[in-house]
Amino acid sequence: MNIVVPIKQIPNLTDELEINGEGTNLDHDALQYVLNEFDEHAIEEAVLAKEAAGGTVTVIGVDTTGELDGALHAALAKGADKAAKITGDFPRGTDSHTQAKLLADAIKGLSPDLVLTGVQAADDRDGQIGPMIATHLGLPYVGVVTGVAVKDGKAMVHKEYAGGLMGEFEVSLPMVVGVQAAHQPPRYAPVSKVRQIAKTAKIDEIAGGEAAGAGSAVRRMFKPQSAGHAEMWEGGPEEVAEKIAALIKEKGLLKG
Amino acid sequence: MTHDVFILAEHLKGKVSDISFEMTGKGRQLAAALGGKAVAVVLGRGVKSLAESLGADSVLYVDDPALAEFNPQAYGRVLAALIKDRAPRLVMVGNTSMGMDLAAALSVTTGLPLMAYVNGLAAEGGALVATSQIYGGKIQAEAVPGGEACIVSCLAGAFPADAGRVGAGLAPALEQIASPVPLADLQVKFVRMIEPQGGDVDITQQPILVSIGRGIGGQENIELAQELAEALGTAVSASRPVTDAGWLPKTRQVGKSGLTVKPQIYLAFGISGAPEHLEGMRGAEMIIAVNTDPKAPIFDVAHYGATCDMLDLLPALTEKIKG
Repeated sequence: MNIVVPIKQIPNLTDELEINGEGTNLDHDALQYVLNEFDEHAIEEAVLAKEAAGGTVTVIGVDTTGELDGALHAALAKGADKAAKITGDFPRGTDSHTQAKLLADAIKGLSPDLVLTGVQAADDRDGQIGPMIATHLGLPYVGVVTGVAVKDGKAMVHKEYAGGLMGEFEVSLPMVVGVQAAHQPPRYAPVSKVRQIAKTAKIDEIAGGEAAGAGSAVRRMFKPQSAGHAEMWEGGPEEVAEKIAALIKEKGLLKG
Repeated sequence: MTHDVFILAEHLKGKVSDISFEMTGKGRQLAAALGGKAVAVVLGRGVKSLAESLGADSVLYVDDPALAEFNPQAYGRVLAALIKDRAPRLVMVGNTSMGMDLAAALSVTTGLPLMAYVNGLAAEGGALVATSQIYGGKIQAEAVPGGEACIVSCLAGAFPADAGRVGAGLAPALEQIASPVPLADLQVKFVRMIEPQGGDVDITQQPILVSIGRGIGGQENIELAQELAEALGTAVSASRPVTDAGWLPKTRQVGKSGLTVKPQIYLAFGISGAPEHLEGMRGAEMIIAVNTDPKAPIFDVAHYGATCDMLDLLPALTEKIKG
């Protein structure tokens, strides 16, 4: 089975996000980039599917940071077999429509049976890439999926709804899946193994075509003004525990 | 192109989802400003009564056995055909499990721009402006579509639901049509609904919850939260990373794909407050948040907050509760 995992790098959200001088975009150059956490789950689900049904896993992304190799090496260390990057003039923060089109064009040549990608990314202002890739490839898509099992040319997928309810779908392959969570937590690749792989791994380079564009333009980017903020308590665990206990008592929620 | 606003009304297990009413109310307001009609679109089987509950100018419902349950491929085909045929100015879809399968795909099929994660929407002098909540709720991006028509996917809770329920003085015109496209050859087949596992504590019924997030660090620390919950006579609930890691069952998850809780006190320990989590707990009477990151968004909704280490706090608080 030929499994392809399109991935995306996004700014590290634990960093302070600064907005550029024009107030229309992030100051991307000042940011650290990390792999979209849902793509981590897509890689894990792909490796699990390979382990269960055999095949190869190819991880592919648009190199918007000049640092995609690191993410690809980590994926190889976790069990992916091949890695590819799409290169060209695609800066940090390249829109989803452009990335999806570039990825779909590259994936077409790989004749995949199963495409697994993260269900969303924190920078998907113009939409998620999974359904776009599926549409460009003319393949069915099911997203918000927490488990994929492949058998006899078909995939059984579990799609999450609110309140813990799940829909089960049977889909003829090939298909594209938007992974919410792998059915087990993403595995860890030791740094030493990633380094080893970085020395020998071959990453295919694919020259990307035109940018599709988001079809909309950001005219203002800003940090949300929260309606309120918590009253902050100073002090260590003892003092804070004291205050919380007092509130619980006040509400009459102490047991017994 | 018309100046109509299409609203995809979602329903699950015979019930119209709140997001549908939220978008319908907003859609009617926008349609009035744009000089068009708000048209709610319902896809399903035997959905006339659901169609009648929507407070739109008109409701278009497509009745077909293949649409009885949500099916991304069937829904996608029907919606693409309707959009091409009726050329609405704006298409509103929920940024929900269902809507996220559809909106981005429709954007490619129809060539209309999509603005996602929308929590603000306005018609300014006849032009649409959509505000997206991105980067984990840390940034708002206000954008305008390149052309006149566009698709937006709206966040749950962004607009008031009551404005979209059918009310006095509003009698939406109902229009029933057969599917405009064949639905016999689908590659995606709905098999069954899987109900959440029963038998566990019902976290929606607890007056107080000890809720933990990524800050718990590892499975070995879950016990610290269990001990506090036991002392309080309640259960431990969690944000998504904790249940994804398998440290607590899915039945304990609070948020968009988990449960919505409204306890008297919600203790949020080591939870950063991603929008998906806030969606499930912001209705709690009192929220007390502890997180080492003073800028964590959870503090924007919490009433009280502290930045001490939750792993030190948990045993200290358990001691105090035990008395």
